[in-house]
Amino acid sequence: MSLRIFVPIDSSALSVGAESVAQAILAEAERLGVAIELVRNGSRGLFWLEPLVEVETPAGRISYGPVKPSDVPDLFASGFLNGRPHRLGHGLTEHIPYFAGQERLTFSRVGIGDPLCLEAYRANGGFGGLERALALSPAELVQEVTDSGLRGRGGAAFPTGVKWRTVLEAEAPHKYVVCNADEGDSGTFSDRMLMEGDPFCLIEGMTIAALAVGATQGYIYSRSEYPHAFRTLQCAIAKARDAGLLGPDVLGSGHAFELEVRMGAGAYICGEETSMLESLEGKRGLVRFKPPLPAISGLFGMPTVINNVMSLASVPIILSKGASFYRDYGVGRSHGTLPFQLAGNIRHGGLVEKAFGLTLGELLYDYGGGSASGRPIRAVQVGGPLGAYVPESRFDVPLDYEAFSQMGAMIGHGGIVAFDDRVDMARMARYAMEFCVIESCGKCTPCRIGSQRGVEVIDRIIANQERAKNLALLDSLCDTMIKGSLCAMGGMAPYPVLSAVKHFPEDFGIGQSARAA
Amino acid sequence: MSTASSIDLDAIQGIVREKASLPGALLPILHAIQGRTGWVPEEAVPLIADALNLSRAEVQGVLDFYHDFRREPPGRHIVQICRAESCQAMGAQALETHVKSSLAVDFHQTTADGSISLEPVYCLGNCACSPAIRIDDEVFGRVDSNRFDTLVDRLRAEEVSA
Ligand SMILES: Cc1cc2nc3c(=O)[nH]c(=O)nc-3n(C[C@H](O)[C@H](O)[C@H](O)COP(=O)(O)O)c2cc1C
Ligand code: SF4
Ligand code: FES
Repeated sequence: MSLRIFVPIDSSALSVGAESVAQAILAEAERLGVAIELVRNGSRGLFWLEPLVEVETPAGRISYGPVKPSDVPDLFASGFLNGRPHRLGHGLTEHIPYFAGQERLTFSRVGIGDPLCLEAYRANGGFGGLERALALSPAELVQEVTDSGLRGRGGAAFPTGVKWRTVLEAEAPHKYVVCNADEGDSGTFSDRMLMEGDPFCLIEGMTIAALAVGATQGYIYSRSEYPHAFRTLQCAIAKARDAGLLGPDVLGSGHAFELEVRMGAGAYICGEETSMLESLEGKRGLVRFKPPLPAISGLFGMPTVINNVMSLASVPIILSKGASFYRDYGVGRSHGTLPFQLAGNIRHGGLVEKAFGLTLGELLYDYGGGSASGRPIRAVQVGGPLGAYVPESRFDVPLDYEAFSQMGAMIGHGGIVAFDDRVDMARMARYAMEFCVIESCGKCTPCRIGSQRGVEVIDRIIANQERAKNLALLDSLCDTMIKGSLCAMGGMAPYPVLSAVKHFPEDFGIGQSARAA
Repeated sequence: MSTASSIDLDAIQGIVREKASLPGALLPILHAIQGRTGWVPEEAVPLIADALNLSRAEVQGVLDFYHDFRREPPGRHIVQICRAESCQAMGAQALETHVKSSLAVDFHQTTADGSISLEPVYCLGNCACSPAIRIDDEVFGRVDSNRFDTLVDRLRAEEVSA
């Protein structure tokens, strides 16, 4: 048997040179006449170490990184094929503290094997959830997901089982399952990693959702900024169909389920579920009025389950290990695990799947290792561009949906973007409004016009023109947007702005005494 | 640049015909046309409208709504610079300034030699390796001014040798 070496094909790993490292390894192995098997896996999510090369040894997989093509001859010469130490070596991957401390449920297979190999998927526990699901009735399936405590990972944290029950109980000639893979939030990449690193898991989760609610057609709406994920999904769907996992008769069960991946077109608002449905129907992504809920009247007017990639990809393990296994992770009403994503100015950027309940500080310092620049972390934006900025004084708040909403913040999709002490929070507030100008669907005035005014008002504050008056104006503008917007785009864009003013008043030229209240 | 005669209307018609029966076919059609031609020519609009039973205004409206669709021929390569928060935290603004001055273009413009169109992008999902850029279908991480220059030099060298 030849030696197995792993070099990721995850797009972040590729973005820092994994492909040329893979080529260099093949070339050097050939030059030395050693037989190796090069496996292109997903990423382990330790991105500061990418390109991370792993070698399989009797003791386990040993990792080296970040590897440059020019390091490769030296790695061979020092015996990395036998897992020998090297200045780039980190020992057993699974003993690296960053990895060892995690609770990988949804991400249990990501980074292990070839993402498009069905045999590897099955060998690592894949399809266990679907097999059990086929033995349950739709109502039992919905109950299992409800009992797991799973809440939507796309942002709103709505109980997944409750949504599914509504679709199950709706009478209609067709029903749909739509996977929200628009992942537009800055600081997030868990959906991308899973789609590139374990696409069959998403397919399995969507198939279970379809069985639960009686849907026969599924769509994955993937953003155009993710060309690798799109191709991986297309390929995985074709393989699943060939293997009888999708199609007119899923695993011989008599249930039909077809799946197609569609590409977005660069509009952040299409991550909002009703805008996404419009887009899938071939229209402009204008947000719909609710009601009706998509669960009652969704895609093409039919009952539709719409869930985030992480929500759907968590379903297989819930089914295979049981609702209570999943439910027992977490705190309060935040059950299970969340794949947190550490980004921005952070030393150890990457994916950390943990049960809810650890603190922001633990993530930022114990996992993240502090800032990349070595300077103090001053502010952290959690939950994407509509999420609040959190100051250091709140780094002890546990990551729990309720605890975050109590402090006017949100966990959202679990993206965490760190900024060091050189950040200008007035600029970040301006950017939050600017982003809303660029991405507003334009349907309602508070969002479309309000954000434009917001940029102007912040510009005047920055330029020190009638500062007190403009700060008051900004407050009331934010209030109008929060109260008068149709969706969370305009309704939450004020959160990063208001939190920046509140926690970092000095960046807006506000004197310590003037704004103590 | 591109005139109606240089646009392959037959190919566009073929794409429209092939995809018209998909549910919600408009985005897949526009993507396929842009994938082939690099942009969506005016002449495609009536063809699409006819095939999907839509008004031209509706097709036009969709084209205008989405940032991705181009109404004019772009440069031979598309370079996107991520402007979103995570990349900002790692110096994307300085990178953006450097890129604009070294290519001598602003966003949504094409270099004088027709080789590169510059566009902003809001997150490439590469935030653990910020700052990130995309060149055509490839994403690059940990990009500073030097690395950017190297990547662009390589792009231009490939063009010369091609
Ligand atoms: C402006 C805006 C952008 C959103 N973007 C996304 C997104 O990129 N991905 C996502 O899953 N949900 C996004 N959502 C949330 C969706 O509307 C919806 O709540 C989610 O897809 C439901 O799935 P879940 O219950 O599994 O979270 C967004 C919401 C808004 C208001
Ligand atoms: S709040 Fe903004 S994005 Fe949402 S519906 Fe209104 S205009 Fe559209
Ligand atoms: S913010 Fe730039 S890649 Fe995500």
